[in-house]
Amino acid sequence: MSELGSITPAFVRAELVPERAAPVKTTGFIGVMRGRLFNSPTNILLTIVGALLMYFTVVPTVKFLLVDAVWTGSNRTDCLAETLHRDVGACWPFVQAKASQFVYGFYPQPERWRVDLTFALAALLLLPLLIPRAPAKTLNAGLFFVAFPVLAFFLLHGGGLQGFMVSWTADLLSGLVGSLGEAGSELARGGALAVGIGKPVLWIATALSWLIAPLVWLRDWIAASGQPVWIDLGLTALIVTALVAVLTGLRNGGRPLLMTLATFIGIAVVIAWLRLDRGGLPIVGTRQWGGLLVTLVVSVTGIVASMPIGIALALGRRSTIPLIRLFSVGFIEFWRGVPLITVLFFATYMLPLFLPGNFTIDGLMRVLIGVALFAGAYNAEVVRGGLNAIPRGQAEAASALGLSYAKTTGLIVLPQALRHVIPGLVNSFIALFKDTSLVSIVALFDLLGQLRAAFADPTWSTPTTLFTGFAFTGLIYFVFCFGMSRYSLFVEHRLNAHRRT
Amino acid sequence: MAIDARPPPSQFGARLRRALGGRSGWKGLIAQLLFVAVLCWIGYAIVDNARDNLTNQRIASGFGFMSQTAGFGVSQTLIPYAESDSYTRVFLVGLVNTLVVSVIGIFFATLLGFLVALGRLSPNWLIARIAGGYVELIRNLPLLFQILFWYLAVLGALPGPRQSVSVFDSFFLSNRGIVVPRPVGEAGLDGFLVALLIAVIAAIVLPIYARRRLFDTGKPMKVWPWSVGLLIGLPLIAVLIFGRPFGFEIPALKGFNFAGGARIAPEFVALTLALATYTAGFIAEIVRAGILSVHKGQMEAGASLGLSRGATLRLVVIPQAMRVILPPLTNQYLNLTKNSSLAVAIGYPDLFSVFAGTTLSQTGQAIEVIAITMGVYLLISLITSALMSLYSWRINRSMGA
Repeated sequence: MSELGSITPAFVRAELVPERAAPVKTTGFIGVMRGRLFNSPTNILLTIVGALLMYFTVVPTVKFLLVDAVWTGSNRTDCLAETLHRDVGACWPFVQAKASQFVYGFYPQPERWRVDLTFALAALLLLPLLIPRAPAKTLNAGLFFVAFPVLAFFLLHGGGLQGFMVSWTADLLSGLVGSLGEAGSELARGGALAVGIGKPVLWIATALSWLIAPLVWLRDWIAASGQPVWIDLGLTALIVTALVAVLTGLRNGGRPLLMTLATFIGIAVVIAWLRLDRGGLPIVGTRQWGGLLVTLVVSVTGIVASMPIGIALALGRRSTIPLIRLFSVGFIEFWRGVPLITVLFFATYMLPLFLPGNFTIDGLMRVLIGVALFAGAYNAEVVRGGLNAIPRGQAEAASALGLSYAKTTGLIVLPQALRHVIPGLVNSFIALFKDTSLVSIVALFDLLGQLRAAFADPTWSTPTTLFTGFAFTGLIYFVFCFGMSRYSLFVEHRLNAHRRT
Repeated sequence: MAIDARPPPSQFGARLRRALGGRSGWKGLIAQLLFVAVLCWIGYAIVDNARDNLTNQRIASGFGFMSQTAGFGVSQTLIPYAESDSYTRVFLVGLVNTLVVSVIGIFFATLLGFLVALGRLSPNWLIARIAGGYVELIRNLPLLFQILFWYLAVLGALPGPRQSVSVFDSFFLSNRGIVVPRPVGEAGLDGFLVALLIAVIAAIVLPIYARRRLFDTGKPMKVWPWSVGLLIGLPLIAVLIFGRPFGFEIPALKGFNFAGGARIAPEFVALTLALATYTAGFIAEIVRAGILSVHKGQMEAGASLGLSRGATLRLVVIPQAMRVILPPLTNQYLNLTKNSSLAVAIGYPDLFSVFAGTTLSQTGQAIEVIAITMGVYLLISLITSALMSLYSWRINRSMGA
């Protein structure tokens, strides 16, 4: 103590140290600028390069689309630099003149309300389906995925009905039995081995034809009566209601029965409203469809039809039955290994050769089949990923409860798997939406096809027409794809909410 | 009361049942039989219908048409071809064109994709935003749209040959495509090529030697100055000894078109550009996800061992990211190859365009032509994915995982 006390301090500060500068600001505009753009020589260089890049791309684009653009006019001379004596940007009158073509194609003018109505219905049904909080998801989904496509077909294509379920079932069954019998008799004429197979096939066909004879008689009676559609509808309603009553039993309450009846009343209302029993709306052939209409029809049909195909293939690929697994693997790998455009050519040129000669199939329909098979193979791989992500314990627990394979898959495994892969599925839908532009190569005029057709119009050929057209259609494609991808992000976020801490 | 021991179930029966019907046993077998019967029946119906339809349309089936004279010209041929050649030759010409456009497209797409991915991960705010904007824009527009945009709007809007943009009066850019000087072999070419070959082999062998020496003696060795020196020096020495390896034939505007030089067709340029920029958008996201999947601690561990940032990236992070990147990258390469068939929209003579397009419309042999085309694309896909899984397997093995 004393030693310390005896030390005299060598230096005692008498005045304040000068203030130091405040620490470098890291928040606010200046802070961000300093921290993220100009914090090192390399970064400064990068910032300058980036700024130059922006200057040479964004500025001319905005100038072209908005500043220098021509907004009104009636033909090409209004969009020429010679008439306006200034730099000319986008020629928007061109888009205005062609807008109806871009949306409807060559759909007849007086019938376009049908397209509008279909679009409106789709939007009305789709919106509540996309909002997670909206009620009645099952009913909504049923309406959108089952009722809407049928209604949309009769609205867009037109035409009426000749019969209903009973007639169709009878037609289908008699067709199948007939072709089976033909195959059998053909084989029975062949060699010793073929006879061995052909004879039993022929017997089966004969037995089946006896079995369906009453149904065929019923169909003929319905066709001969004055009101085939209504009688057939009534019969179908009766049969289906009886089946539902027997299968569910009345103990469970009348709910399923009521639902069935309501469905049939709905069908009857639609038939009466569109006069489907008397020819329906005037037929507009798919050759006259075009523009955004075709793009949406192909992509929505592709999306809806490829889902069941994809799920079936994914389940087939995971099946333990060797041949079914082999078939699924081969099928998936085949469609995934070839470009979509060869699939479209296959559907356009080869498919008609595989069908019976008297059976013609519409150009759009062929493309839809090709697109559905193609997208189905891709969806199958996405769904398989989801199925693989479900722990084995889930299926084991279900079988411990005594559930069958169908119930285990349908009620336990698939719902969870599909929830997992929603983002992946949306990705494949975006790809499909973009790929629908390829149908313009097989002579269908979708949005892109209409754009190319519009370029050929000499009334509007100016140096800037091409860029304007691309900018407009590009915007449409971008809005749809970007919207879908943002929605998938939203869903992904929502489904993963429990994982966030 | 004694319970009689039951005999163990017959192993042979169980095995047979499993082999034939999977886990569901005899039920599975019946399902399979039904399935095969349905498939056979559909197959029979298809063959039967096709036979009837072909007889009605008087089209002979079979591959005899492949040896007939094609009789149409192809605008870009890398192997000798004349109009009098057979459809087989046309097929080969198209195949080569497809492969060329795919390989060049893959090269540029990979390059651009990695650049954009690094840009998106860059700490620089502006660069990250630009890269992000590029990815969003490219991925949300159809490829065919982009191909047509480059072909019709950008390349189509270029001036004609007379007003062409020229660089050093030897590179010309016009709506007829890009015209560049064509290298013409001269006296020193053989020596130059031999020197180049030796340099390339040395540049491949050297890193292997350096690595072995590092393991044996613990002394690291800087390889790249040697490689660069060899690659530049050896050919240079060869040029000094043997003389100029090749000269350039400078194109010149004569009349309405260019004479001399090599012309790169606008179709090829538009297709390659569109394929590369489009696929790059997808590759960028794959690479970004791959790099982000490597734990941050790996970078820190590298730094704590005294490795530089570049060395850590190269030796620690990227190899681990590669395992995540490779499988989807393979898919993108395959997509690019398959997408090159869109060339038919702008008239670049790729396999699909000359074969499924022109040949099909000339001969009407729909079944054979489309089957061959699909088969070739399938084969390319299978070979590529086999090669890539081999590579991926090697990487996994070298990572000890």
